[in-house]
Amino acid sequence: MLRAAVDAGADAVYIGLKDATNARHFAGLNFNDRQARQSIAYARDRKVKVFMAINTYAQPDTMHRWHRAVDLSQELGVDAVIAADIGVLAYAANKYPQLNLHLSVQGSATSVKALEFYANEFGVRRAVLPRVLSLPQVKQLAANSPIDLEVFGFGSLCIMAEGRCFLSSYVTGESPNTFGACSPASAVRWEETDSGRESYLNGVLIDRFAADEKAGYPTLCKGRFRANGEQFHVLEEPTSLNTLQLIPELDKAGIVAVKIEGRQRSPAYVSRVVKVWREALQDYRRTQSAFTVKRDWMDALGSVSEGAQTTLGAYSKPWQ
Amino acid sequence: MKLSAGPVLYYWSEHKLREFYQQMANLPVDIVYLGETVCPKRREILPEQWVELGRQLAASGKEVVLSTLTLLECRADLAQVKKMVDNGEFLVEANDMAGVQLLIDHKLPIITGPAVNIYNHETLQLLHCKGLVRWVMPVELGRDSLASIVRRADLGDAVQTEVFASGRIPLAYSARCYTARAYNLPKDNCQLKCLEHPGGMVMENQQDQELFVLNGIQTMSGYEYNLIHELDTMRRIGVDVVRISPEPEGFAQRVEALRRALDGEPPAAQALLASDQCDGYWFGRPGMERCHAQQEVSAC
Repeated sequence: MLRAAVDAGADAVYIGLKDATNARHFAGLNFNDRQARQSIAYARDRKVKVFMAINTYAQPDTMHRWHRAVDLSQELGVDAVIAADIGVLAYAANKYPQLNLHLSVQGSATSVKALEFYANEFGVRRAVLPRVLSLPQVKQLAANSPIDLEVFGFGSLCIMAEGRCFLSSYVTGESPNTFGACSPASAVRWEETDSGRESYLNGVLIDRFAADEKAGYPTLCKGRFRANGEQFHVLEEPTSLNTLQLIPELDKAGIVAVKIEGRQRSPAYVSRVVKVWREALQDYRRTQSAFTVKRDWMDALGSVSEGAQTTLGAYSKPWQ
Repeated sequence: MKLSAGPVLYYWSEHKLREFYQQMANLPVDIVYLGETVCPKRREILPEQWVELGRQLAASGKEVVLSTLTLLECRADLAQVKKMVDNGEFLVEANDMAGVQLLIDHKLPIITGPAVNIYNHETLQLLHCKGLVRWVMPVELGRDSLASIVRRADLGDAVQTEVFASGRIPLAYSARCYTARAYNLPKDNCQLKCLEHPGGMVMENQQDQELFVLNGIQTMSGYEYNLIHELDTMRRIGVDVVRISPEPEGFAQRVEALRRALDGEPPAAQALLASDQCDGYWFGRPGMERCHAQQEVSAC
């Protein structure tokens, strides 16, 4: 997976350890110490940076795991640690003043003052913005931010402010903050019934699909429910975020990096998406104001998107 | 332990809000949180009017705290928080790290609401050094985590602990307004539809289960949280304040029931939780579960 991203042209790759210290806590993902060392060497040899995600919220009785993840990151010599928990950031900043710290999207910082807190207290140098700001709001924030900003460019569309969504723990007991997982696979159940194929999350019906419909993963915020007398995707349709067309605006705003979600995906997905983005960024560098999104990029990204639809999400005001 | 009334999370008319707080003056709550915490478009009562209302409640013996916006999206939102921080009279509850930073800038005492992520003792200790005097536990945490945080932080009386114990649980915040979406309206032209839903808009699944309640950009629990049976445990852990979150119906009765329970009267009439209530989070379980109703809570 990491190799797929490196080979396809990513500038930096996020990795996480095999435990609940990062927000992609799923079977088969993430690294043990030895794999992490090998992967970092692979990326380094190709001048690609490695960021260690330690971005869940630490539990009091097991804080040593988060500390250990920070210690290991320092030892491995990663290019940055990305964290959200104030206790974890404090530990890293105190123990390793030279360690480059980024604020995870789970830190939910959406304003200059919130960013200031993390910059002042822990010397955080970059923050990933939650997917709740419109493009003009991103620009305004970037113009005044005390630190570098990174935004989500492509992947799943979290529609709630990250780090502040407890829908998953309300239904399953496990949330991104506490466990590093949303709508976890262990809670999913499928049932074939006379009224269609039903998807459940911890026994709660999320959606029901007719025979000719593509049945999507039962992410809590993307099911069909009833509100105000209608049955529809009350919170959001199964779509993916795709911001290729915003590249010029994001660049002009001074956004230093766009983030592509990849760790829950196949190497083929990662490779395809990263290649398209690399090509688009290079094309933009060359063409600047004449930049246009190419049809085959959109087709390539559309074919790997959830529900085969893409959206600009909160960057676009009408979405809100 | 003290009893607090959290900020009104719904969009109520000015008339309803004023009536509600008039009644509050005579209810046995010790602390009242005032202010808009969900949507900056809800301006039935403006920041300076909240302060005025605070003075009236303070005059009737309540401790008043001004509460602030949770999701800040633009400079105007930040300015609204700043206005509350600059009130010059009352303590302020920050629901976002921006509010925390503004309080630090002004060297003011900090109270954090449930949307500020304090998940461990090291976070609590650091914020204490910055001026934290009270924190509300994040809603998805339970008694075991809380006991551990309080014990390990070992801050004694320096920081008070408050638990959200009654009312629909605020679960998520979004750039999108779900109430406007349910009316097929854009957020920019929402026509203030939330005013028509003083208890939010129920969202059911296709099996008629009330899963969530939509409250503008906020998503709340479909069931109401009720920890009235857990006050003894809270006392043992060292909880200082128990919060009731305002609901449009039955608020006075819930306050009185909690007050009686706090005063030591066993909640005999409520041996089980009602079917539209939940307490799972407190027991380290999925939030929507009803654990008190089980024979063996530990097996719930």
